[in-house]
Amino acid sequence: MNVASLATQPADSKYEIAHLKLVPKRHIGRMIAAGVVLLLFAGLVRAFSVGQIEWSYVRDFLFAPAILAGLYNTLLMTVAAMGLGIVLGVVIAIMRISGNPVLSSIAIGYIWVFRGAPALLQLMLWFNLALIFPTLGIPGLFEFRTVDVMTPFVAAVLGLGISQGAYTSEVVRSGLLSVDSGQYEAARTIGMKQMMMLRRIVLPQAMRVMVPPVGNEVIGMVKLTSLASVIQYSEILHNAQIIYFANTRVLELLLVASFWYLLVVSVLSIGQHYIERYFGRGSKSIRSSM
Amino acid sequence: MNQDILVKAIDVTKNYGTFRALDKVSLEVARGEVSCIIGPSGSGKSTLLRCINLLERMDSGAIWVKDELIGYRRDGNNLHEISDAEISRQRQRIGMVFQRFNLFPHKTALENIIEGPVQVLGEPVKEARDRASALLERVGLADKANHYPSELSGGQQQRVAIARAMGMRPDLILFDEPTSALDPELVSEVLDVMRDLAASGMTMIVVTHELGFARNVANTVTFMETGKVVETGLASEVLSTPKSARTAEFIKAVRS
Ligand SMILES: Nc1ncnc2c1ncn2[C@@H]1O[C@H](COP(=O)(O)OP(=O)(O)OP(=O)(O)O)[C@@H](O)[C@H]1O
Ligand SMILES: [Mg+2]
Repeated sequence: MNVASLATQPADSKYEIAHLKLVPKRHIGRMIAAGVVLLLFAGLVRAFSVGQIEWSYVRDFLFAPAILAGLYNTLLMTVAAMGLGIVLGVVIAIMRISGNPVLSSIAIGYIWVFRGAPALLQLMLWFNLALIFPTLGIPGLFEFRTVDVMTPFVAAVLGLGISQGAYTSEVVRSGLLSVDSGQYEAARTIGMKQMMMLRRIVLPQAMRVMVPPVGNEVIGMVKLTSLASVIQYSEILHNAQIIYFANTRVLELLLVASFWYLLVVSVLSIGQHYIERYFGRGSKSIRSSM
Repeated sequence: MNQDILVKAIDVTKNYGTFRALDKVSLEVARGEVSCIIGPSGSGKSTLLRCINLLERMDSGAIWVKDELIGYRRDGNNLHEISDAEISRQRQRIGMVFQRFNLFPHKTALENIIEGPVQVLGEPVKEARDRASALLERVGLADKANHYPSELSGGQQQRVAIARAMGMRPDLILFDEPTSALDPELVSEVLDVMRDLAASGMTMIVVTHELGFARNVANTVTFMETGKVVETGLASEVLSTPKSARTAEFIKAVRS
């Protein structure tokens, strides 16, 4: 069929469809699913409202000084432990791919040991370090009694941060491996030394790959800090427990703590979105979706 | 050594396991000269370039650039492997342009060019930016200074890569098949920039399959096969009246 004959087709030809009415596809399955979810949700809301929950306690304790102090300590621990974890993760990952057999053996050993035991156990080991090393320091120069140094805060930062470092190093390593070898070569041919190349060229590109899983780990760490309650660190769950031991309002205080965890995690998720956007600069896929 | 010889390679040999990628390759390039290396795939052309700027370590032989031994320091009768810092310093004087451009994707065209001068040579940012702008102008991309590599065509990316190499004010630029990854209609814009660079007196070693470029721009042509230099000489002679039958065969195959 050529164009001329198309143009002379009568309007009721089977190829003339512009005047027909468009009927959208019905998503029956989706509607049923949505209905089921709404029913379940309504049931849940009812259970909470008629259950043994005094909502006034939840409201009153939401901003109680002990809870807010616990929240502050939770955030502080998250920042400190995750900071230590990221620094260790970067250092260990670089050691692992350095090509120096001594450094990469140390890195492999570190990952093996600190991924091998539960974080809770590691935290308790640090807290009880005095049993193995009663004093710390360089004999003659300075010395501390271990029990004085190893406060709940320090023990928790070390326990959580060091074990986190083992996981984060694998995330960093996968990021480093994701950068094309041509980038390493281009950096070398303009005379960059190893550290400058990593800092200026490789890590910024690896960040694109690393941010989502590290974001995941930060969010995990917010909740992992609750482990520190077992060594008497006053984070939010610990303080909530102290309160409900006194007033027996267990569920109410757990809900208070849940609220704050959820809020913190939500804020972090939003922050992650912007960090991802920053490190995606120059990349096509991110730009076209902005 | 002759004052005018900028690059001198003697009996360079490189093994990958039991495979010999370079077998006693010797090469001389005078200052200001354009030297083309041609040869079939796997003949060791890239490996030779990579030995010159220490991206690979050779197993035996020696390379001098500007009368400086590459990768080693001579101390009486001993040769010491130089430190990583020394290697970086030697590489600063040797530019390289890759087949796949290898621009830094998180930096704009201008940032790609000033990265080396500012970070490695310690040039003031203002001065580096001015110089980079002039270089972009020279490769015909003044209007693309703030574009990321992903926003540039292959030919434009390769021209930025050439400007990046020039930004380091090298004694020598190595080109490893700079037009092989380009669509045919983009090849000439890159070759034009290289021709301009050659005319300005830059010493260049160019691995290429563009025999037209070799004929018009190169002073010398070297034909390599299976890790060996088969024939080397003036461009006009090697390309028009090759002495070796293998060279003649290769030239005929590339042309058709
Ligand atoms: N890292 C490596 N490990 C093992 N073999 C290698 C390595 N790099 C190169 N080779 C081998 O060395 C030989 C020479 O490679 P080279 O890249 O120098 O060839 P080329 O002449 O540049 O070829 P092409 O035109 O395809 O780029 C090839 O046979 C290749 O397989
Ligand atoms: Mg090659």
